[in-house]
Amino acid sequence: MIEAKERVPEHTIEPEVERDQAGPSLTPGRTFDVERVRADFPILHTMARGKPLIYLDNGATTQKPQAVIDRLVQYYTGENSNIHRGVHYLSEIATREYEEARLTVKSFLNAAHDGEIIFTRGTTEAINLVASSYGRASISAGDEIIISAMEHHGNIVPWQLLCEQQGAKLRVIPIDDNGDIIFDEYLKLLNERTRFVSIVYISNTLGTINPVKRVIEEAHRYNIPVMLDGAQAAPHMPLDVQSLDCDFFAFSGHKVYGPTGIGVLYGKEKYLAAMPPYQGGGDMIEHVSFEKTTWNALPYKFEAGTPNIAGAIGLGAAIRYVTELGIPALKAYEDQLLRYATDAVLQIDGLRIIGTAREKASIVSMVHRDVHPHDLGAALDQQGIAVRTGHHCTQPLMSRFDIPGTARASFSFYNTREEVDALVRGIQKAVQVFA
Amino acid sequence: MSTQEENSQQENAEALVDAFDSFDSWEERYAFLIDLGKKLPPLDADDKNDVNRVHGCQSSVWMVAKPRHEEPEDVVEFVADSDSTLVKGLIAILRKIYSGQSASRILGFDIEGLLQQLGLNQHLTVGRRNGLYSMVQRIKTLAAQLAGHDGAAKAEAATNQN
Repeated sequence: MIEAKERVPEHTIEPEVERDQAGPSLTPGRTFDVERVRADFPILHTMARGKPLIYLDNGATTQKPQAVIDRLVQYYTGENSNIHRGVHYLSEIATREYEEARLTVKSFLNAAHDGEIIFTRGTTEAINLVASSYGRASISAGDEIIISAMEHHGNIVPWQLLCEQQGAKLRVIPIDDNGDIIFDEYLKLLNERTRFVSIVYISNTLGTINPVKRVIEEAHRYNIPVMLDGAQAAPHMPLDVQSLDCDFFAFSGHKVYGPTGIGVLYGKEKYLAAMPPYQGGGDMIEHVSFEKTTWNALPYKFEAGTPNIAGAIGLGAAIRYVTELGIPALKAYEDQLLRYATDAVLQIDGLRIIGTAREKASIVSMVHRDVHPHDLGAALDQQGIAVRTGHHCTQPLMSRFDIPGTARASFSFYNTREEVDALVRGIQKAVQVFA
Repeated sequence: MSTQEENSQQENAEALVDAFDSFDSWEERYAFLIDLGKKLPPLDADDKNDVNRVHGCQSSVWMVAKPRHEEPEDVVEFVADSDSTLVKGLIAILRKIYSGQSASRILGFDIEGLLQQLGLNQHLTVGRRNGLYSMVQRIKTLAAQLAGHDGAAKAEAATNQN
């Protein structure tokens, strides 16, 4: 996965001095100045239910730095215009900024070509686009599509719909009790009928970082394209679609500190060029007549209608923000916070963590012996602590672990050890009240 | 409509408002709800099936509501259960307001106003509130059916008051 030297660059992370509380390996570094970073996020300084907000629901959506908020204000204050076909001053600016955002995404993903970056509403729309466009053109009766047992509904249902329409079959890679995919079972599922693999990079419920590079390598032996649901990966780790060699990659802007309603589909040019359009409308055409319409070039073929211009520009600002902080440094900080949080919550009697994979992102899904996840979430909410409770749009996974849901704390680089401590006290309080 | 019936619904509501007014912290409020939930009559395991499942609830809720013949008016009775302790408390509140009441009393009761007074509207998340209203809807639907049986005019009058 990530090389150790990439994870901990010398100039950004230094061991912390407070050795009385925990060993230096458990403590986030001093050079990564979390307090300074927190100052960039106005919402982190607000109150919830009369208490200072502790926001641990970053897996659902992340908060926005001032840079992103300012960028949106700037766009609507001085740049708002429709893009691409305008000949006037504002249209020129808006078009340039929108296309600039595409280049920012391209370098964020290390994609090879501009045309491989398609703006969508989010991860879900990106997956639906591929299932609908690539899927209907390339998958027929008797074919098989592989997903994993830890997929978000957004990476299950589009494929189920496709399978129903085409008479294809959905195959599921099982997972073990830790929340790792069983790789041998994956290898067994691959066969001459397999036409597509779509798998989550980082599980939103378990935090598992899947060995996607190996998954892709094995699929490519059979010339099977692979799509990655990167919704949780984008905010947590450096990305490189060329080094992964994935054929499609999807992520959402709002989970990576950008606005809602904007997301990205990356697709290899060779696939995108051959795929039929997903939606018809303005901007995606080259020439329209009632007899025959021809399609615009990539990526516009897949961007019908006026896109979320402000969203794309805001996403560009968000990516610049995290890139400037240094994504490897953010990951190193989050990894340390994850270890600290894992150790801390496991001290609570009756609590267990669902999702103990070898490689994990900073997501901690908890179940308590005596307190229903919803009750736990409600009690934490009363204390100003935001976590997510329920099935996290992964109902098959809940069945797999035979639980009604979990209370999930998902951490960002702006969270602190003090907030983890408050979470632990909050859970203990909830247990006191409910158990 | 008997006076006694009227009292029980109104008195129960007032007692709840008094109790909630006296709480200074969420812990006390929760402890009260948890305690109410513990006193709920149990639901048969067989009744915890898909037919009785109340949709719109984040946690699992099952409800069995049925009419019972009584003079001068039939009443609706219900029992419900949940895997969430907090939701059991909310069920207990609904039972105090609705169970054993006539259709017109059920349809005429201002549940929104009561939840407001209890501060529950503010302290429940949207998801939980939706779940609560799904339960209320189920009870009201049955009450409306009963009222239709009993005399539609009476129910209409009650709904209009709402």
